[in-house]
Amino acid sequence: MVSDTTGFSSYFHLSQVDWSNMWSATLETIWMTVFSLILVAIIGILLGLLLFETTGQTNLGARFINGLTSLFVNVFRSIPFIILIVLLLPITKGLVGTIIGPKAALPSLIISAAPFYARMVELAFHEIDHGVIEAAEAMGATKAQIIFKVLLPESSPALVSGITVTGISLIGYTAMAGVIGAGGLGNLAYLDGFQASNNTVTLVATVIILLVVFVFQIIGDWTVRHLDKRITN
Amino acid sequence: MIELTDISKTFNVRKKTINAVQDVNLKINDGEIYGIVGYSGAGKSTLVRMFNGLETPSTGTVTINGTVMSELSGKALRDERQKMGMIFQYFNLLWSRTVIENIAFPLELTKVPKAERLAKAEALIKTVGLEGRENAYPSELSGGQQQRVAIARALANDPKILLSDEATSGLDPKTTDEVLDLLLKINKELNITIVVITHEMHVIRKICDRMAVMDDGKVVEEGSVFEIFRHPQEEITKRFVSEEETPQLDDTTVVINELLAQVPTGKIVKLTFHGDQAKLPIISEMLRQFPEVDLNIVDGSIHQTQEGSIGTLYLQLLGDEAEINGAEEYLHKMRVGTEVIRGE
Repeated sequence: MVSDTTGFSSYFHLSQVDWSNMWSATLETIWMTVFSLILVAIIGILLGLLLFETTGQTNLGARFINGLTSLFVNVFRSIPFIILIVLLLPITKGLVGTIIGPKAALPSLIISAAPFYARMVELAFHEIDHGVIEAAEAMGATKAQIIFKVLLPESSPALVSGITVTGISLIGYTAMAGVIGAGGLGNLAYLDGFQASNNTVTLVATVIILLVVFVFQIIGDWTVRHLDKRITN
Repeated sequence: MIELTDISKTFNVRKKTINAVQDVNLKINDGEIYGIVGYSGAGKSTLVRMFNGLETPSTGTVTINGTVMSELSGKALRDERQKMGMIFQYFNLLWSRTVIENIAFPLELTKVPKAERLAKAEALIKTVGLEGRENAYPSELSGGQQQRVAIARALANDPKILLSDEATSGLDPKTTDEVLDLLLKINKELNITIVVITHEMHVIRKICDRMAVMDDGKVVEEGSVFEIFRHPQEEITKRFVSEEETPQLDDTTVVINELLAQVPTGKIVKLTFHGDQAKLPIISEMLRQFPEVDLNIVDGSIHQTQEGSIGTLYLQLLGDEAEINGAEEYLHKMRVGTEVIRGE
């Protein structure tokens, strides 16, 4: 059993770490993050586009859609994540059939992060020079062509840096979801670390999460730098 | 032919009604360069945006080659827009695309096959003189080069009409002239009608055939550029015409224009004397050497400046052509600035 559970040295009993457990927990965290991030990106861009296209319109239908989307986004962005998981338990059970394991974390992860990203997407579209959109209109572009050939490519650096920020907060959310049984490094740190008074496991889980965050940030920054042709080196 | 009939446009901004354009009637012929000049807020940009339906008139019609633009929407409007090119003050290029991709963009919208649109873009790059910059991004180009890309892009669909909304307003004078030369070349070689919106009379004088002056949403004066520069009628037109001349001669420009009208014959030259030249009897010596030349002083002035005195003299020269040329050569030799305002 654990020899000492207090003091600085308690963090460094590396022999007591079950590395295969640690590895599978790491994979679970990465899987939850990446899988939910893909769906967050798709839903977020759709919602952001809807917000962007319906903002400032005089048309009554557009104003209604804008108000409704705005309300949805604001509500789900405001609910604290730990409460949202509990709140969505019945829906999660209906959707994925279980309330434990990495899969069960997905609905709440997506529902809380997608509105957050949607606002960033809307902002990214608003930052595009309106003259560029107008130039495309003057060339006879359709709405779909403007979205796919102007809005998305011209805002790509902002979209990617937004997805990086969202991804990093998703990693944090997966850890929280872990506490109520979703698996991953949060789960491991809570069960094998905190409840078993094994401080080393908690520290190792923390270090791995930090590494995952750094890798995310580095990939995100690199992608933005390579997408952004406005900066000349 | 572009025809504007009784065009008005009102905007409602915070319960206030703004008459951006009022009762405009214009006819622009095929193949001409037509200039619309006015100060900012005169309504000229709103007016030109109705040509391709970016703005719809509140009343009146815009008819382009028989098609009433103001009645179109959806696909029909998009098809008409593809027959027109437009360039802007801030170029409005896609920064995420290279030069060649920007130029091919309108062709991509009309689903022209890739090889074909790249070949077309390549040819346009030559037309606008950007060889070697095909794969550069807009951020790597100067303002003048970016406007060249925008012009090439506007020409990609082989338009009949090119709309230019303050296209040279963001450029320095030298680059402005280069871009204007390019527009002139396009007009001559491709026979494209060009509508130029500007607040600079220089632009109008350099490339336009006919022009309209806009003030407060209305067209206050319209006609050939030549006529308007010689006989501006409205106050605002006179101000525009005089602004175009060198700043220290602001006031005399209008006077000179009137004098030119009053003195219809002979060669008119403008002489500029600097410093000590102003004190020498250059003109009397010139007459002694070329006695066959008749001379009439049209206008003249001497200004005292920090660098010394500067004199300007407008002369009407009559008589034998060889003698007049000799007299001019003599003036050159004496280092007097000579500018022919009007030939024989």
